[in-house]
Amino acid sequence: MNSTKITGAEAVMKSLVAEQVDTIFGYPGGAIMPIYDALYDYEETVKHILVRHEQGAIHAAQGYARTSEKIGVVFATSGPGATNLITGLADAMIDSTPLVCITGQVASHLLGTDAFQETDVVGISMPITKWNIQVTKAEEIPVAIAKAFYIAQTGRPGPVLIDITKDAQFGKTDFKYEKCANIRSYYPSPKLKISSAEDAAKLINEAKKPYLLIGQGIMLSNGEQELLEFVEKSGIPVASTLLGLGAFPNNHPQYVGFLGMHGDYAPNIKTNECDVLIAVGMRFDDRVTGDVSRYAKQAKVVHVDIDASELNKIIKADVAIHADAKEALKVLTQLVHNKQHTAWLHEFRDAKKVEVDTLQENANKLHSEELKMDEVIKMLSEITKGEAIIVTDVGQHQMMTARYYQYNKTKSNVTSGGLGTMGFALPAAIGAKFGAPEKPVVAIIGDGGFQMTLQELGTMLQSEVAVKIIILNNRFLGMVRQWQQMFFEKRYSFTNMVSPDFVVLSKAYNIEAKKVEARTDLKESLLNMLNHNGSYLLEVMVAKEENVFPMMTTGASVSEVRLN
Amino acid sequence: MEKIFTVSVFTENSIGMMNRVTIIFTRRHLNIDSITASESEVKGVFRYTIVLRTTREQVDKVIGQLEKLIDVFKAFVHEDSEVVHQEIALYKIKTASLTNGDVEKVIREHHARILTVDSQFMVIEKTGHVAETQLLFTNLQPFGVLEFARSGRVAVTKPMKEFSTYLKELEESKG
Repeated sequence: MNSTKITGAEAVMKSLVAEQVDTIFGYPGGAIMPIYDALYDYEETVKHILVRHEQGAIHAAQGYARTSEKIGVVFATSGPGATNLITGLADAMIDSTPLVCITGQVASHLLGTDAFQETDVVGISMPITKWNIQVTKAEEIPVAIAKAFYIAQTGRPGPVLIDITKDAQFGKTDFKYEKCANIRSYYPSPKLKISSAEDAAKLINEAKKPYLLIGQGIMLSNGEQELLEFVEKSGIPVASTLLGLGAFPNNHPQYVGFLGMHGDYAPNIKTNECDVLIAVGMRFDDRVTGDVSRYAKQAKVVHVDIDASELNKIIKADVAIHADAKEALKVLTQLVHNKQHTAWLHEFRDAKKVEVDTLQENANKLHSEELKMDEVIKMLSEITKGEAIIVTDVGQHQMMTARYYQYNKTKSNVTSGGLGTMGFALPAAIGAKFGAPEKPVVAIIGDGGFQMTLQELGTMLQSEVAVKIIILNNRFLGMVRQWQQMFFEKRYSFTNMVSPDFVVLSKAYNIEAKKVEARTDLKESLLNMLNHNGSYLLEVMVAKEENVFPMMTTGASVSEVRLN
Repeated sequence: MEKIFTVSVFTENSIGMMNRVTIIFTRRHLNIDSITASESEVKGVFRYTIVLRTTREQVDKVIGQLEKLIDVFKAFVHEDSEVVHQEIALYKIKTASLTNGDVEKVIREHHARILTVDSQFMVIEKTGHVAETQLLFTNLQPFGVLEFARSGRVAVTKPMKEFSTYLKELEESKG
């Protein structure tokens, strides 16, 4: 009779297959060995990417989820394996990335005894997971996994963690998999209140200077087409948050730019000049709002979010629409009038000209022959026609890329927004390529961030993934240095960075590499990199002390953007 | 302006629920004055009653974060005027002090009751608001209070809408 029973570890694999998982990022260890043993029989159907550090696994899974519309799956062992996931969990939580992380745990009789490689990962990860659970019996595994997949991808997506004790992995169970479709205390898909949509439409239709801010929620709800239709019918100018880049084609005439601390000049200052501000699938991060007491006070605010706790959290909404962005945009498009806001759009163009001219003046004053970050990004954008998947790390290069890459395709921007995790880009780019193998993936990383997770070059070597890496090397932790220059009297406390020979390093991993210093070599080097069959590392030496402008300094309002 | 609020959270009875609920407060640097948990009038649904002093703005945001937890059905916040609440306090004093007639007087005046009398000690019970149980403590102190313990607040709300009605509405709101 017992012959139909399988082990808990096999139940893990069968459950994952039932959820159409075909890629896992992970690292084996003692407490997850039974699951790895079960995985060994799935070599044909499930690709496992062996990383070099568990942080690499989770960032790769994030990159994968962000480009593929699938859920990123991670395996890690107990103790240090599990704690190495923490940064990625926090990152995925704040950036709403759907992940299912499975950690091994010591056998249940050892729980709480300080056993070898025991750590309370459920306790540690509680504030940085959407949901987590510890499983101590084999028969509980399929239900936990079904719940995990349901929670990770519904409502506002997020990371979940399942901690499975070793005895549960070894234990025997009957296997029957039922997908989860309802949890009685969880309400992920709110019904749109038509009355609130009508209130919003009334404000929009009466507005003289309506202004639309979009966030990642557009892409998470697959509402790109609905957005385009809403924007074109209503004639409203559109600006994007960092994570929203790509949701709306940046070459569209109604696209006015990127918001926030280092965002474009026009979209920031116009926030305090519009009369109706419509925010869809974004959460008014402090990097977007600046001083909230001086943010859009003159405007009526319409806020659409699937997460009720975001509504009225930072900015009081005159009309709060608790709904999926796609659905809300569809309804709003029917309700708004066909309009054009030509004069209002011109105001954005005029402000943009001020920005472009001032930045050009700044550059002229430098009289420097050194390459600038923005030149590299602009050229890359031109060569790839804004259609590559761009993965960035954190810092000056990230802001420069957000400013100057023309994101014309959805889900083409992978970056660590809310958490600002240095070291994110290299592993995330590996995952992004597995998520979208048919598209070119370019990771743009600073010399500092690259050295935080450069061990993942080994993952690239072993998995034979084709990722292009551009290191913008300014020999500084540039963003901190910029702040030290501006606010700490140029006291460059521990921001200068001595780096190894990245070209030699890359070649040690059998990854073709080149270093560029001259402007005249840039274009050809970028073309060579993109055309190279396989991975490639291009180190570009850029100006040491370039600053990112515009800048909205701490405590400033969106009207007080500095251009130099 | 800071005020006393009573937060009621209706949850599943899962391991770690108390931790999930309390870290929402910790993260915002809010100190919880008292917390109690028990099964509610709906079988299997637990009710946490949390008392804290904070601002209306903060507590409203906390409610949003609590409701975001997967295992939370609903959370409510009430001011003192909107709830009927009680606490229970136990006082252990030496039995020998009973020979002093004043102890009996204090117990009578406070409408407290004697739970148990042992050859060595006795336990007095008093339910009421904090001020009342605290006053009894003060009045018993001259006789020597060996131990004193007070529960967290339990509270029911004055509005007549039942939690099961909310549950039904929530279920219907699912798209």
